[in-house]
Amino acid sequence: MVTLVGILDLARFQFAMTTIFHFFFVPMSIGLGVVVSVMETLYVIKKDEMYKKMAQFWGKIFLLSFAVGVVTGLIQEFQFGMNWSAYSRYVGDIFGSLLAIEALVAFFAESTFIGLWSFTWDRFKPGVHVLFIWITTIGSAISSLWILAANSFMQNPVGYAIDNHMGRAQLVSFGALLKNKQLWVQFPHVVVGTLVTAGFLVAGMSAFKLLNLKKGDSQILFFRKSINIALIIGMIGIAGALVTGDRHAFDLQSMQPMKYAAMEGVDETIKSSDRKDKAQPWSLISVTNPDTHKVIAKIEIPYVLSILGHHSLTGGDTVGTTELEKQFQKKYGKTHGDIKNYYVPENTLFYAFRVMAVGAGGLLMLAVVALWMNRKKSQLILTQRWFLWILGICIYVPFAINTAGWLVTELGRYPWVVYGLMPISDAVSPNVSVASLLISNIIYFLTFAVIGGVMVWLARRTLHAGPYAEEEAQLSQSDPYSHLSEGSEA
Amino acid sequence: MSTLEIVWFVLIGILWAGFFFLEGFDFGIGMQFVLNARDQKDRDALYQAIGPNWDANEVWLVTAGGAMFAAFPFWYASLFSGFYLMLFIVLLSLIYRGVSFEFREQMPTIQGTQLWERLIALTSFLVPFFLGMIFTAMVSGTPIDAQGNLSAGFFDYVTPFTLVGGVAVSLMSYVHGLNYTRLRIDGPLRKRAMTQLKYLYPILLAGEALFAVLLFFYTDFIQTKTILILILLLTLVLTTVIGWVLAVKKQQEIVPFILSGLALIEVVVLLFAGLFPRVMVANNPLHTLKIVTTSSSAYTLKVMTIVVLIALPITLGYQIWSFWVFRKRIVSHKVVE
Repeated sequence: MVTLVGILDLARFQFAMTTIFHFFFVPMSIGLGVVVSVMETLYVIKKDEMYKKMAQFWGKIFLLSFAVGVVTGLIQEFQFGMNWSAYSRYVGDIFGSLLAIEALVAFFAESTFIGLWSFTWDRFKPGVHVLFIWITTIGSAISSLWILAANSFMQNPVGYAIDNHMGRAQLVSFGALLKNKQLWVQFPHVVVGTLVTAGFLVAGMSAFKLLNLKKGDSQILFFRKSINIALIIGMIGIAGALVTGDRHAFDLQSMQPMKYAAMEGVDETIKSSDRKDKAQPWSLISVTNPDTHKVIAKIEIPYVLSILGHHSLTGGDTVGTTELEKQFQKKYGKTHGDIKNYYVPENTLFYAFRVMAVGAGGLLMLAVVALWMNRKKSQLILTQRWFLWILGICIYVPFAINTAGWLVTELGRYPWVVYGLMPISDAVSPNVSVASLLISNIIYFLTFAVIGGVMVWLARRTLHAGPYAEEEAQLSQSDPYSHLSEGSEA
Repeated sequence: MSTLEIVWFVLIGILWAGFFFLEGFDFGIGMQFVLNARDQKDRDALYQAIGPNWDANEVWLVTAGGAMFAAFPFWYASLFSGFYLMLFIVLLSLIYRGVSFEFREQMPTIQGTQLWERLIALTSFLVPFFLGMIFTAMVSGTPIDAQGNLSAGFFDYVTPFTLVGGVAVSLMSYVHGLNYTRLRIDGPLRKRAMTQLKYLYPILLAGEALFAVLLFFYTDFIQTKTILILILLLTLVLTTVIGWVLAVKKQQEIVPFILSGLALIEVVVLLFAGLFPRVMVANNPLHTLKIVTTSSSAYTLKVMTIVVLIALPITLGYQIWSFWVFRKRIVSHKVVE
């Protein structure tokens, strides 16, 4: 039993680590795909060489993030079989098909057209070449549709029937998988999130570059324009994220009430009718004792949860975690008696949710101010160096938000791997040893540190060299490889 | 066994075959970063030759894995959890290999570039080697229990048969890559590829003969399907001999390249033909995993078949078009030639 716990913990740790790391680069590369596509489209329309330079320069960062995103995604394709073989057997009929379709429909398109895009700048007319980056970007967005359809099934299983003979869930309606309510809040939410990630990355990197440019440098215009394009895309992303996020949280009340209650820090059920103001208060700060699952401290703002969760100033009820625990014990006690409790990690969910909400609000304000300071006639953004610093540091905020979103989604599903159907503890591979998992965890961790580190370092080098580095190098006749080939031939 | 189950067994074989044909020469090119290239121009030319296509070629592997998950989830679960550490090394190699192509391109110093290039060469050897080991172990009998769980120990997958299998797949990929170099690159790389092929073809033939002998001792293929397997083995040897003659004696390029790819495909065909109607061979015949007991529901297979019928022609279309776009030969040392 002790070793079994070890396997489960290690497998969960590996899943969390690999998906979080993968999900740093996925939104980054999908979003950068959009940014680069927009830049190259502007080049095609306006025929201004600067936009071509922009697409190529940010394209380098895009290619780096794409490479890391692809290779970390490989793990995802195989770790279900490696670490979660019981899960794979139980839902492979459904989950596996979505994964296979993702590869067939999206991965081929992405990988083929990114190759065409990066190798044919001088081979195709601009109007054709731009199609390659758009197909790559759309392909990667479509890949997220299929993998999120798979994740949505885990969150809200639909279109299946249990086959007792094979001992598994089987697909009965493919259409139902694609019409899953969860998918159509999750997928748009992730896609707009990619725009936020890339928007603030490009804006922030541009800000850091502007800090280092001398007055009158020709690159200033390049990076100021980059900021504008990126932040407009980023703002569209945030607006979308707020709308879809609100919808998502709203739906959770019926689909996964425990997740919702934890996100809002509600332990005891709130009935608006019992309260003096007839409205539900919203906790700004809340601390839950992880052993008793009771809220021990909180700061409340009246009315706000009625507005968020009920979409009106007053009214609405929120079922608390204590009552839900009782309900679930009753509902699943007979079929899943071995599940000890249905509580989720309340504090993590509560604050992860606030990181998302507060982060998005903050970024929105930052974008508005930045666009105003960066307007054509003003030099304000160049003189206010402190503001460029803020914009630069805020590169990291969307990454924190993305991770927080994953944590809420996946930890909030606890104790289920497939909600209401299969507990996490039943899903793990029974035949994998603690040693195997321990070794793979350590090596994955070190690998991520290496490739993540090199990627960031290369991105910084690219920024430091600037968009005109190749022209400058050609002017000074310093082909970095020339001396080497001469030397070896001599 | 339903028709669709057989269709999907064949389709998975096709996906693996496509992967080994396409990524086979990518691996071969990758190994040449150390084994054939002499200077940076050589290595740049090698990268140019596969740069636009290697990623899409690798998707064949991802799709093959995904298709196994979709069509035979019990096979996917048993195979990948059972050969955990070997698959882990494959994944790790693919990770480093994948980023190395991009990192080498963007490194500011030559030393940095060369570091990633050495990694490309190493991982390009490791992936086919361990895939070869996994496939040969899968057909030669492993300790699968009644629940279909496999806990393969070191001596289950490290046998003379699997070692020869691993080396053979790597060597075949390398030969395939040398043929690709002759097809795509002009310059000193091409000449040296020819020289190497002269020595490698006989070694490969000897390896294939050894593989055939070990196949007799480690699997039941020859015993149970004598004629079919012997024909397939003979075809494999003939393919290699014809490739050898055409490449080395007749100095042809296209046909030997196709033949070295075909040889890889024939190995996949051999293994899948020998397996049928099983998917994984257990030491205890009662626990052997079969197509019927591992497959998905009829409905899922039907849906997946429709998806494949729509998506595969389109996918093949643009992938072939992409190869057509990059058909021009790469000239590595303009002055030298």
